[in-house]
Amino acid sequence: MIVLIIVLILVALVVGDALLIRRLRRRRRELATRTRSLVPEVLVTKVASRPDLNDIETLERRLSSSRSIFERVRALSGVGALSREQLDVVEEVLLRSDIGVTTTNEILAGLVVNGAPSGIASALRAALLSSLSADRSIRTLASPGRVPVWLFVGVNGVGKTTTIGKLAQRHVNEGRRVMLAAGDTFRAAAGEQLQQWATRTGSDIVRAAEGADPGSVVHDAIGRALARGSDIVLADTAGRRANSTNLLDELSKIRRVADREPGEVIETFMVLDATTGQNALSQAREFQAAANVTGIVLTKLDGTARGGIVVAIERELSIPVKYVGVGETVDDLLVFDPRNFVDSLLDA
Amino acid sequence: MFDALSERLERISSSLRSRGRLSDADLDAALGDVRSALLDADVEFGVVRAFLDAVRERLSGEALSQSLSPGQQVIKAVHDQLVDILGSSALKITYASRPPTVVLLAGLQGAGKTTTAAKLALWFKQQGRQPYLVAADLQRPAAVEQLRVLAREIGVDVFSQASDPVDVAKKGLAEATRLGRDVVIIDTAGRLAIDEALMREVRSISDVTSPHYTFLVIDAVTGQDAVHTAKAFHETLELTGLIVTKLDYDTRGGAVLSARGVVGRPVVFASSGERLADFDLFYPDRMASRILGMGDVMSLIEQAERTMDPDVVAESAGRMMSGQFTLDDFMAQLNQVRKMGSLGGIMRMMPGVTKEMRSAASNVDEGQLNRIEAIVNSMTKRERREPIIIDGSRRARIAKGSGTSVSAVNQLLKQFGDMRKMMRQMGGTNPTMPGPMGKMANLAARAQAQRGDQVPPGFESLAAGMKAGATKQGGPKNKKKKGGRVTPPKQR
Repeated sequence: MIVLIIVLILVALVVGDALLIRRLRRRRRELATRTRSLVPEVLVTKVASRPDLNDIETLERRLSSSRSIFERVRALSGVGALSREQLDVVEEVLLRSDIGVTTTNEILAGLVVNGAPSGIASALRAALLSSLSADRSIRTLASPGRVPVWLFVGVNGVGKTTTIGKLAQRHVNEGRRVMLAAGDTFRAAAGEQLQQWATRTGSDIVRAAEGADPGSVVHDAIGRALARGSDIVLADTAGRRANSTNLLDELSKIRRVADREPGEVIETFMVLDATTGQNALSQAREFQAAANVTGIVLTKLDGTARGGIVVAIERELSIPVKYVGVGETVDDLLVFDPRNFVDSLLDA
Repeated sequence: MFDALSERLERISSSLRSRGRLSDADLDAALGDVRSALLDADVEFGVVRAFLDAVRERLSGEALSQSLSPGQQVIKAVHDQLVDILGSSALKITYASRPPTVVLLAGLQGAGKTTTAAKLALWFKQQGRQPYLVAADLQRPAAVEQLRVLAREIGVDVFSQASDPVDVAKKGLAEATRLGRDVVIIDTAGRLAIDEALMREVRSISDVTSPHYTFLVIDAVTGQDAVHTAKAFHETLELTGLIVTKLDYDTRGGAVLSARGVVGRPVVFASSGERLADFDLFYPDRMASRILGMGDVMSLIEQAERTMDPDVVAESAGRMMSGQFTLDDFMAQLNQVRKMGSLGGIMRMMPGVTKEMRSAASNVDEGQLNRIEAIVNSMTKRERREPIIIDGSRRARIAKGSGTSVSAVNQLLKQFGDMRKMMRQMGGTNPTMPGPMGKMANLAARAQAQRGDQVPPGFESLAAGMKAGATKQGGPKNKKKKGGRVTPPKQR
């Protein structure tokens, strides 16, 4: 019977609000009339003068401010215990790479305890590498008689479809026959985009009309793959936010369908944009629960983004990064190498 | 945005409440919490540092109010700084005197430019404009196709052709003028990351179209990199503002603060869902309140004003304060509140409500409210006015009449009695103004006085917080209520 109390509080509040709001409204009106002339309007009647293109600093120089900080880490000398200032520099490097507060604090605590017997940069490198120790082997074979399926999941705009195209090329180069499943039946023209990749890579594709059931598209693709003797099915799914139960349930269903005989899901990749911040951790958590993610494809790592959040993901959820995208061409999708990654985190 | 931040701030304010003055150690601890919360929300490192410096500055300034408790001082400083950064009101979109008004969208791949272009077109359409879309993203496979499909959905025309993007933009603009459209939205290609080629292309498009608005489309879940992106685009294009997408993924959206802090341009629109209609102007003041856990009082009040009958509420509230509250009044209020929607939904918008109360409210279903109504309706008029006369046999009759049990009736009566007692205490004596509103104001003043401080002039921005405090005052009383329950919870 908390109801009664709640109702009363509500009433009290609403009456109180009525008083308050009248005051607020009046004040807002006063402010509005007083400052009307001061409020800047967004519209620029004249296009603002812009710097000449040739005067714009090169990208290199533009990023130099953020670079210098990483150089400071390397410049940190001293062996053994770290000073407060040194720890601050390390902290800044880690936080700026999107590793996150929790993981940063853990790594810092480790540095404080263990010291830096052979220099701070190498101690930090070792700490990061030890966080990236999960098994990152890539499976291409299913049980005998089953069709291997790679399922791709992720939020909108991370590059799932592009990643599939690039991986299809990789498989084709390695001599496999690829079947693509256009399971993104939600986004306008997603099937069209995958179709173009199929043509480019010479892969087969199964498509359905927009709004069709993605599970049935994947199911058809597996059947077709079996009939045509394809070596692997790459299944696209629609981008979805990771905080909606309905969308995650749909994903679980797609995975179940794909894993049913004759199909077998041997890898479920979560595609992650390297510019993503701390939200990536909750994405990984939700997608792992819904679709049993076995690896991460970290895309868009060619810019200023460092993708440090994957360290947190691997530490906390043991989901390893397996591929990284470092550019737009097909050859720019690489097998993940922790050493290179850590170097780029620290050296940039 | 910033659920974590508001939680932390609540903790800070309660941990500092008892202290008379803010010591340096307290301040460091409090700001340390604020720092973690901001970093967790992906606010850029440098912006966080500048933010904390500014807050510290405010707190050490001589303008410090003597009448605020230390916790409130910290919260006020954080709040004021947030408002400073976010800006205080939504920006007004105006239109070029000689149409068309040209809007240029730029951003990285995957930020949601194409979808945003369609959403923006729909928004302009809803404003009574005639938008025209120009698909100058010729790079991503099927990007033009995607825009066409979306545009068909909202009934807007798209211009595109297979040439180069600058040419498409130029011709698209000419076509829009020819057709007499008054708003032109240009979708440009994104790149994986900022590079010179992208900047040159989008700059050239900007040069030939002279856009009135140049918006950077940015993803709400972007991490530390948000500032690099915003800076680079701003240096090239002179942005008018930002459009934040995917705000439904993560309500923290620290990228908003980062980008604002670095380029100083306002967030003009925010997109919070996959449907094309999930798009509106960005209200920074409401976001600042949400950041600080003040609830969305504005929306709550708007809702209350739409649905409630002020006379009914005022009358029963007046009697409530004077301790003459009857079951009839209670029913009247219950009905008013029910009109506003589910209790759980209302509680979510209320500031300063504890988690327990919130979950209790969301577990209340219509059936429970209906039962209460049935019990009260089964009473005679006199019983409702004077519940004291309800004896054993009357209780049995009421239980029978309402299809409930005697214990349910007992419980209701007991709760109602306690409530009345509480109301009488709160109502107090010597109202300075006549009428129910005067008493209400008296109550508010009392709540303020109990907290041992006054809201100084110019502090209205935190007025919502005042109510939060007032609600917390009720906290212990509520606990006592729960303890005084005569029947076990499962019988409710």
